[in-house]
Amino acid sequence: MNDYVVEMLNIRKEFPGIVANNNITLQVKNGEIHALLGENGAGKSTLMNVLFGLYQPEKGEIRIKGKEVKITDPNVANDLGIGMVHQHFMLVDTFTVTQNIILGNEPKKGGKINLKRAEQEVKELSERYGLKVDPTAKIRDISVGMQQRVEILKTLYRGADVLIFDEPTAVLTPQEINELIEIMRSLTNEGKSIILITHKLKEIMQVCDRCTVIRKGEGIGTVNVSETTPSELASLMVGREISFKTEKEPAEPKETILSVKNLRVKDARNLEVIKGLDLQVNGGEIVGIAGVDGNGQSELIEAITGLVKVESGSIQLNNKEITNLSPRKVTESGVSHIPQDRHKFGLVLDFSIGENMVLQTYYQKPYSKNGVLSFHTIFDKAKKLIEEYDVRTPSEFTKARALSGGNQQKAIVGREVDRSPDLLIAAQPTRGLDVGAIEFIHKKLIEERDKGRAVLLLSFELDEIMDVSDRIVVMFDGEIIASVKPEDTNEQELGLLMAGSTSKKEGVQ
Amino acid sequence: MYSNRFFNIIVPVVSVLLGLLAGAIIMLAFGYNPILGYQALWNGSFGDLYFFGETIRQVTPYILTGLSVAFAFRTGLFNIGAEGQVIVGWLAAVTVGLTIEAPMIIHLPLAVIAAAIAGAIWGFVPGLLKAKLGVHEVIITIMMNYIALFTTNAIVRNVLTDQKDSTEKVPESASFMSNWLMEATDYSRLHYGILVALFAAFIMWFLLEKTTAGYELRSVGYNRHASNYAGMNVDKNIILSMVIAGAFAGLAGAMEGLGTFGYISVQSGFTNIGFDGIAVALLGGNTALGVVLAALLFGVLKIGALNMPTVAGVPTELVEIVIALIIFFVASSYMIRWVLLRLKKEGK
Repeated sequence: MNDYVVEMLNIRKEFPGIVANNNITLQVKNGEIHALLGENGAGKSTLMNVLFGLYQPEKGEIRIKGKEVKITDPNVANDLGIGMVHQHFMLVDTFTVTQNIILGNEPKKGGKINLKRAEQEVKELSERYGLKVDPTAKIRDISVGMQQRVEILKTLYRGADVLIFDEPTAVLTPQEINELIEIMRSLTNEGKSIILITHKLKEIMQVCDRCTVIRKGEGIGTVNVSETTPSELASLMVGREISFKTEKEPAEPKETILSVKNLRVKDARNLEVIKGLDLQVNGGEIVGIAGVDGNGQSELIEAITGLVKVESGSIQLNNKEITNLSPRKVTESGVSHIPQDRHKFGLVLDFSIGENMVLQTYYQKPYSKNGVLSFHTIFDKAKKLIEEYDVRTPSEFTKARALSGGNQQKAIVGREVDRSPDLLIAAQPTRGLDVGAIEFIHKKLIEERDKGRAVLLLSFELDEIMDVSDRIVVMFDGEIIASVKPEDTNEQELGLLMAGSTSKKEGVQ
Repeated sequence: MYSNRFFNIIVPVVSVLLGLLAGAIIMLAFGYNPILGYQALWNGSFGDLYFFGETIRQVTPYILTGLSVAFAFRTGLFNIGAEGQVIVGWLAAVTVGLTIEAPMIIHLPLAVIAAAIAGAIWGFVPGLLKAKLGVHEVIITIMMNYIALFTTNAIVRNVLTDQKDSTEKVPESASFMSNWLMEATDYSRLHYGILVALFAAFIMWFLLEKTTAGYELRSVGYNRHASNYAGMNVDKNIILSMVIAGAFAGLAGAMEGLGTFGYISVQSGFTNIGFDGIAVALLGGNTALGVVLAALLFGVLKIGALNMPTVAGVPTELVEIVIALIIFFVASSYMIRWVLLRLKKEGK
């Protein structure tokens, strides 16, 4: 009579000073793909950690296949058939796929691991769900997408019937995302149920049956995906209307700000990764770089900002040579850079958010005088930026580490945009953020453009490239192989170009 | 609340208490009275003016080596080389003290600066190798310790003296010793160096927390990639950090050479002032004030312990064990932190 496989009823979870989950109900039917939708910090992960046994709820009950259970730790969750595919993979690089899968659960034969049998089992599982994983390959030799499949296999090997996917598409290329969607469908065909944690509406519309929305720790409700629209989901999630089409006036390009000519860059292994690239970005326009990850985009940005050495060619900013200047000199000549990896490059996590706001300018007036920092001015400035950019933090003295990803990113965007640079480089500025924050950051980029600045946008999200850019350049194998206007192209064409199809090149230009 | 500041204070205190408790158990197990033992320890460090003077005298170099290790640590570097930096600082201070004639107002600062420079050079080498070639500073600093020890011995024997084991005393114009301080403390070896050490602690605090240079050093210590992205010169900061750390340890050498002893002699082994500095820095949470307090504790243990065998009959070996236990509990502060958190949770 009860066809729910997982039921979480009226769950409440508190942390000191904050209610992370309040009265949330999540019911997952057998064999469905159920989306769990919410902004960054809405309480999705907390709820899933309750289901996975990492947290104990203060109130509410959990039923698995109709039976009330107490999930006291992840082992109990495993025994109940709940498996989690983590966003950050937990794999041993130097082990093979099979070794990773059996880790902690090894089939033994007289005190020895029976690797042969394990490999056979992994192979069977992989074939059954169409995962196409080579059980003997080493983790470090396989792609990110494949590594994710190993994580999926890990849960299946442990007998999971309910799989939790935590933002699985954040690290994947568009092709890999399509393949993952196929895998998820074949899993449900085989009777598994899936909970998909995400804030990407497109994916929900594409693959999910039902969707439960959480906003600021409160359960908002569950809807059938076939009866809803992306904009309805978005407003449920954010609590207000969201405009999808980024609103902007047509660009009015001015004089050239950035001019890259015949640029060549080698990577650490001495291989040429940028092979004679030419690029121009004008004031008052946003140029989007489209391309599959690993075609030299990161190196291009690092070369412009002085983080890697240029072999040959020239980079000019406002007609002044900036090739191979130090990062500080590049910054001082009017370049801001929102880096791709906010934890590695963008922030000093153990500094307060205030100290992070002056990461490039601490040595200048008014933030310091005669080599002594003026903390008063620094924290005043930080306070202003925090308000202006809606960074949600207890105070400007809070460590950057304590902030959620979206708020860290808003802080970086605030710092970089506030310097009012001639050239603003934004590398994946909205990765991992929810629609509200994305909308905000896009607005800021367009504002900068309207002030006559040049904006260079790197993104692996085609939607973002299409929405925000005034001009799209496609990068493939260290070169720019096409330059198109977003209104003259579509995702299919861009996808082909990104795959290096040069036959289309002439047609576009 | 679970604030960081609270933990930074409570964890070392609990560590020390646990160490004392474990020491008491050991003393009991071997049939000695721990109360008498600790009484002797207390009296041996604060009991009378002589002991008090000696304790402060011992604290002086500990503050400086503690600062040295702590400073490097704040920039993400592990300075195991404080020991060697102390030795070369000692040598430089005594050499300047013996070979130059000048009024005190020039002579003493000159000898002190020479010690700081010698220590700085000893820190510069591993800093440079780390920055430019990526050689791990732990290995280089350990090796630099041996180079310092044996080179100094050779110089003392062959250059400063004619095959003797120790040099003459430095003249009064280059000495921290003070008759007034000695008389006031019942003829202990207390000298003015403590003022230098406290000033150095202030310098470290000011430099790290208040200046742009300190901002860079801390930033590089926390996150090299972000520092590079923000336009800081990471290599320069690594070298600078080791140079300043070396200078602090070199000053500790000057304390011994111009204060406590007034001369330098051939050493059969390491002085351990530098190595103890690692524990001092750890116990002090790598902050200037923490280092001063931790150095005080170490001075008390070192000097007070001398009183334990004679007064309470506790053998020296056992005293060493008690000291080692305290350091052990400090080093395992992570464990204590964890237990405290647990207790807090359950207490709610």
